[in-house]
Amino acid sequence: MLERGSRMGEIIRINGLGKTFATKENEVVALQGVDLSVEEGEVFGIIGLSGAGKSTLVRCMNYLEKPTDGTVVFDGKELGAMNEKELRKARQSISMIFQGFNLLLQRNALQNVCFPLEIAGIPKKESLARAEEMLELVGIADKKHAYPSQLSGGQKQRIAIARALATNPKVLLCDEATSALDPTTTRSILALLQEINRKLGVTIVIITHEMGVIEAVCQRVAILDHSRVAECGKVEDIFVNPQSEIAKQLIYPQGRREASFHKGECLRIVFDGNSSFEPVVSNMVLACGTAVNILFADTKNIDGQAYGQMLLQLPDDESAKRKIYAYLTSQNIPFKEESVNV
Amino acid sequence: MFNPDMVRLLAQGIWETLYMTIVSALLAYVLGLPLGLLLVVTDKNGICPMGFFNRLLGFVVNFVRSVPFLILLIAVIPFTRFLVGTSVGSTATIVPLVLASAPFVARMVEASLKEVDHGVIEAAQSMGASPWQIVTKVLLPEARPSLILNAAIATTTILGYSAMSGFVGGGGLGTISINYGFYRYQSDVMLVTVLLLVVIVQVFQEIGMRIAAKGDKRSH
Repeated sequence: MLERGSRMGEIIRINGLGKTFATKENEVVALQGVDLSVEEGEVFGIIGLSGAGKSTLVRCMNYLEKPTDGTVVFDGKELGAMNEKELRKARQSISMIFQGFNLLLQRNALQNVCFPLEIAGIPKKESLARAEEMLELVGIADKKHAYPSQLSGGQKQRIAIARALATNPKVLLCDEATSALDPTTTRSILALLQEINRKLGVTIVIITHEMGVIEAVCQRVAILDHSRVAECGKVEDIFVNPQSEIAKQLIYPQGRREASFHKGECLRIVFDGNSSFEPVVSNMVLACGTAVNILFADTKNIDGQAYGQMLLQLPDDESAKRKIYAYLTSQNIPFKEESVNV
Repeated sequence: MFNPDMVRLLAQGIWETLYMTIVSALLAYVLGLPLGLLLVVTDKNGICPMGFFNRLLGFVVNFVRSVPFLILLIAVIPFTRFLVGTSVGSTATIVPLVLASAPFVARMVEASLKEVDHGVIEAAQSMGASPWQIVTKVLLPEARPSLILNAAIATTTILGYSAMSGFVGGGGLGTISINYGFYRYQSDVMLVTVLLLVVIVQVFQEIGMRIAAKGDKRSH
């Protein structure tokens, strides 16, 4: 039976979530009026600058932090209505990995992966077999007898992922899971998460402050700013047409510099997966017989699809402008007039 | 001084000292380990926060710890008589030794357990571990090297207390040192007993450090 506010295909539903921390002198608002929904089987990203409330939000998803307002519905059941025992049982279906890996330092890789199975009361022989299988899945079966102190950051995170998946969870929460890793290791861990999502169908929620992480693996994203959701939607939509200030800031980290050396009317054109293989700007310049000035250009690979965008300074001539608009429309390339201010 | 009688006396002193120290240390841990655990678990940032109980427990522990051992030794004589039937000798000394060292052990245990990274506890909670599972599967095993090292320190401290109990007929090397060395001015006996105590402390400390280092998987 589904409870109010939850529908089919929805694994996590957050309604009007608020969290306030009481300190001695005053109250600190970490989250305010957050509404979110995570679909079953997707990779959902939550991005924001530090202090935006990301970590608190992800901890509300498994009730490590108890929200002060609102509800969290996991798999059709409201976490806030559960007693401690039911909540502990539910947590076995909501695994979590961390920035600091949080492995047991006195246990080797295999014993670490067995840990959640011990907690769940699974017989030792069975859990050992399961742990071996999980280490195989994350690609470090050869390190099963190594202790965390003997392993690199990437290897430790692989063990943490194996440990998180051992109990066959429905959701994997990743709290800045790649933030302590170098770029190459980050890519390999993200690829692993993507593989897990596709192979096992585990829903993944990724908390990060890096747009690159969102672009690489997420299908949908929520942008958190000052305790609230500033924007939420498909990654490509937000990337192509960011609405909020914070989204623009995260998507063009160099945005401010671009604005500082130019004033006036600009045209933003966006390429999707298909048109980015064609020389759009060159063709446009040849077809319209007018020069344009490229102020900013970027292509990104979002979930296997190439997305590009370009900021062009237009010629002052009105007829040349019209030609460009007509050309872009005929080529089905989305564009938007924008005035770049100082 | 090394006549057979004195050698026999010293041998018995060593035996009594080891007996008092080891039995007291064991009993001090029987009381102190759960106390230390309670201090950590009921802390306001612990896994079962109980503010008032935690402060009360902390106060009791501090209270007992602030009573000088010699005073405690004499103050609990009626209790010792009730338990052991006498207030002199090494068995009787175990009572005040345990009472004085249990709160100290509790604080040592507390310090060791607080070294465990909070993130690891959080990870266990995120897997649905109960408070008892966190204690038995995370806190105690992860703090094991530090607990062993602190046990060596606690044992040598108890050894020092046991020597002090020599003033009230506590038995062991302390009594020999006071009766022969202090009251009879036999400084050679005093020197030998002190040297023996030094050796015993060294041995305890060394054993503790070796066991702790051997079992610590963080240092490979």
